[in-house]
Amino acid sequence: MALIGSGGAGVVTVGNLLLEAAAVDGSYGLMRRSAGPQIRGGESAALLRFADTPVEYAGDYYQLLIAFDWRHAERFIDEIRLAASSCVLHDPAGGDVPEPIVHTGARLIPIEMQTQAREIECGRANMIALGLVSSITGLKLETISSTVSRSLSAKGENVIAGACACLERGANMGQSLGIELPLPIAHVGTEDRWTITGNQACGLGALKGGVRFVAGYPITPASEMLEWLAPRLAKMGGCLIQAEDELASVNMILGASYGGVPAMTVTSGPGLALMTEGIGLAVASETPIVVIDVMRGGPSTGIPTKSEQTDLNIALYGMHGEAPHVVVAPVSIPDSVFTTQWAVHLAESLQTAVIVLSDQQLAQSRMVVNRPPDIGFVTRRVTAQAGVENYRRYALRADGVSAMAIPGTIGVNYTADGLEHDERGTPSTGSHDHLRQLNKRATKLTGFDYGDHWADIEGDGTIAVVTWGSCTGAVKEAIRRVGEQGVPVRLIALRLLAPLCKQQLNQALEGVERVLVVEQTFSRQFYHYLRSQVDLPKFTESLARPGPLPLAASEISAMLLVDGA
Amino acid sequence: MNPLSDKIEPKDYKSDVKPVWCPGCGDFGVLNAITKALASLRLAPEQVALISGIGCSSRVPAYTNVYGFHGIHGRALALGAGLKAARPDLHIVVAGGDGDGFSIGGNHFLHACRRNMDMTYIVMDNEVYGMTKGQASPTTAPDWTESELTPSGTHARPFQPAAIALAAGATFIARAFSGKPNTLAQMVVLAMQHPGFAFIQVLSPCPTFRPEQKEWKNIVRPFAVDALPTSDPALAALHCQRDDGMSTGVIYVEARPVWKRSDMQEIAIDDIEQEFRI
Repeated sequence: MALIGSGGAGVVTVGNLLLEAAAVDGSYGLMRRSAGPQIRGGESAALLRFADTPVEYAGDYYQLLIAFDWRHAERFIDEIRLAASSCVLHDPAGGDVPEPIVHTGARLIPIEMQTQAREIECGRANMIALGLVSSITGLKLETISSTVSRSLSAKGENVIAGACACLERGANMGQSLGIELPLPIAHVGTEDRWTITGNQACGLGALKGGVRFVAGYPITPASEMLEWLAPRLAKMGGCLIQAEDELASVNMILGASYGGVPAMTVTSGPGLALMTEGIGLAVASETPIVVIDVMRGGPSTGIPTKSEQTDLNIALYGMHGEAPHVVVAPVSIPDSVFTTQWAVHLAESLQTAVIVLSDQQLAQSRMVVNRPPDIGFVTRRVTAQAGVENYRRYALRADGVSAMAIPGTIGVNYTADGLEHDERGTPSTGSHDHLRQLNKRATKLTGFDYGDHWADIEGDGTIAVVTWGSCTGAVKEAIRRVGEQGVPVRLIALRLLAPLCKQQLNQALEGVERVLVVEQTFSRQFYHYLRSQVDLPKFTESLARPGPLPLAASEISAMLLVDGA
Repeated sequence: MNPLSDKIEPKDYKSDVKPVWCPGCGDFGVLNAITKALASLRLAPEQVALISGIGCSSRVPAYTNVYGFHGIHGRALALGAGLKAARPDLHIVVAGGDGDGFSIGGNHFLHACRRNMDMTYIVMDNEVYGMTKGQASPTTAPDWTESELTPSGTHARPFQPAAIALAAGATFIARAFSGKPNTLAQMVVLAMQHPGFAFIQVLSPCPTFRPEQKEWKNIVRPFAVDALPTSDPALAALHCQRDDGMSTGVIYVEARPVWKRSDMQEIAIDDIEQEFRI
């Protein structure tokens, strides 16, 4: 189901209310958001899919499109795929149906939402639409009414009464349409399910991992995570600073982490570019930090409101000099909790920088999820004890991790340094110190046991899809579909992008004759990265497309079925 | 402040690392003044963090035995701010040069002044980039032509550290001379005792690339006005503007609420998770 309208139409509000109400009634769902660049008044879309199991993929096409108006619709009409069997409910007051929509052959049903809303005191067209959806999907009107009343509780009784009257009128209007798209109900209790966005999930994972200091600079589509974190960090005894820029953000978290407090910053591509020098300092001074990059369309300012996976290269290779660090990426919204918590654990354990690559699609989508499981590992930083004789901050040890003295600890005072240094931390330009410290910083990452967390692996067969990040949802759906046609396909969704677990990846690919690498980039960054690191089978293909169009499961399954079956 | 035994001396705050500075460098005087101030305040070395960026003067943390962080060019104040926010118990001194603080780090300088965190910022101003071998800095006179990078001068008005700190909201502003380490040490003590962001511009000669600065010792003098220090920003601005930049002393002191974090140990992670439940 897709809802579109220009800003102020309340499209996202309706989407959120619908997801919430459907969740209460026992459904699982996913709501993606697509928006234009305008602050107010731009085009906006809420894209929903419901199922009786958790929904990680937004669907190939929309069965129902509700359009409040068509203003600027041309800017994102290609993101809203329709089929001939689709229904389009459009308000005639919102203008003529655009040609591309007519062309789909979908059933067009004009329905007056604005006019009807105007007849009701405090009436809003979006509430009429919500009523329509209620009758079309069989979603209980009482559930929607109570969800709406709860969310509007601050706006006063008149507004709530107006909204409820609109819901009822919309529901009555809907009954005469003869469209039935019953909501899939999972028949589960509600106690173990959440609605959560990817941005919130990353924030929660950071808190669970022990992050107690965050510095950040506002940037789309990451600001919401900072806004979510600010009051909650304060309530947990932590602190968030809105920095003057991203250069300050990354250096502030370095300062906090040097002080012994697990620290994180949150940004998007342009901010990550500014932070790269600071990330290099984290690597050289061996100060743990976590940097979350919520990727958006690039380069430069690019497409700030829409998704892409094109920061992979800068995350992997962006630092000057040789700066081994960790890059991880959540494979779903609920996995954002785990992956971010793991990122904090890795940063603290390895005393290095960890970059978490989320993206707009994960970050700004809201999903009904089963409560993500609690993870057992406890964040642990090896610290120096007071009064250790001959303390050497950068001492060479077999695992590469040396004890870090925390300010306030007596007798182990040292100066952290971005200059190359000897074991004590004293600046050194000597080749021997450089080689030893380079080796120390590299081996601590490659020698670490990342366990099974490096990838999500499912299925069997001689065909495998290797993917990462938000593409995983579409890939899983594609694999399920071709599986139903009798073609088993293996899924390898990498969570740990750097250092790449080559041996484990080779093992996971054992018996595989054909590989499809799926990513949302133009220049096939992930494909080239994999090829540079491991020997993939001769029959390895790439399916890559830049944002903002998400990859459809149908495209992936089509590629899997060509020749390969 | 954490009083130590009376026996603590400035040398107890020095490390055994030999400075990279040239003979006659003003920064030796600043290092001495910092260690004197720390001894005078009797601060435990592990309770002090000396934070810096890049440049000759930014090498200073390694020459002390307090906790130090020698970061990257221009970002010392951000490093210091993060450390102070995370560890309000520590005494933070940020130190560096005019290029580090006013050029590449200029934005952080403005916002550190605004934020008014409780820390001390010491800028060793020699009107030149020494580490990169003698280029013009933001405080260099526009007609200085000794650098091959700007052979006809910079044609840019020199940065006015004190006036800009004032406009940006610093609550303690002073100017000092590295050739008078005892006076400077007293000033560092005042700055560290000041609740809020304390800024000291130290005229610190570079004998290598600005040999004419050896004359500074004959030029610098205390501000010849009784009105200073003042808490009146208009008066402070007037004296900053009238001065040739070579008068020393505490210029401005203001009692303004210090940045502080909202410490509310109220809830646990379980409480936060409740908000997601259907």
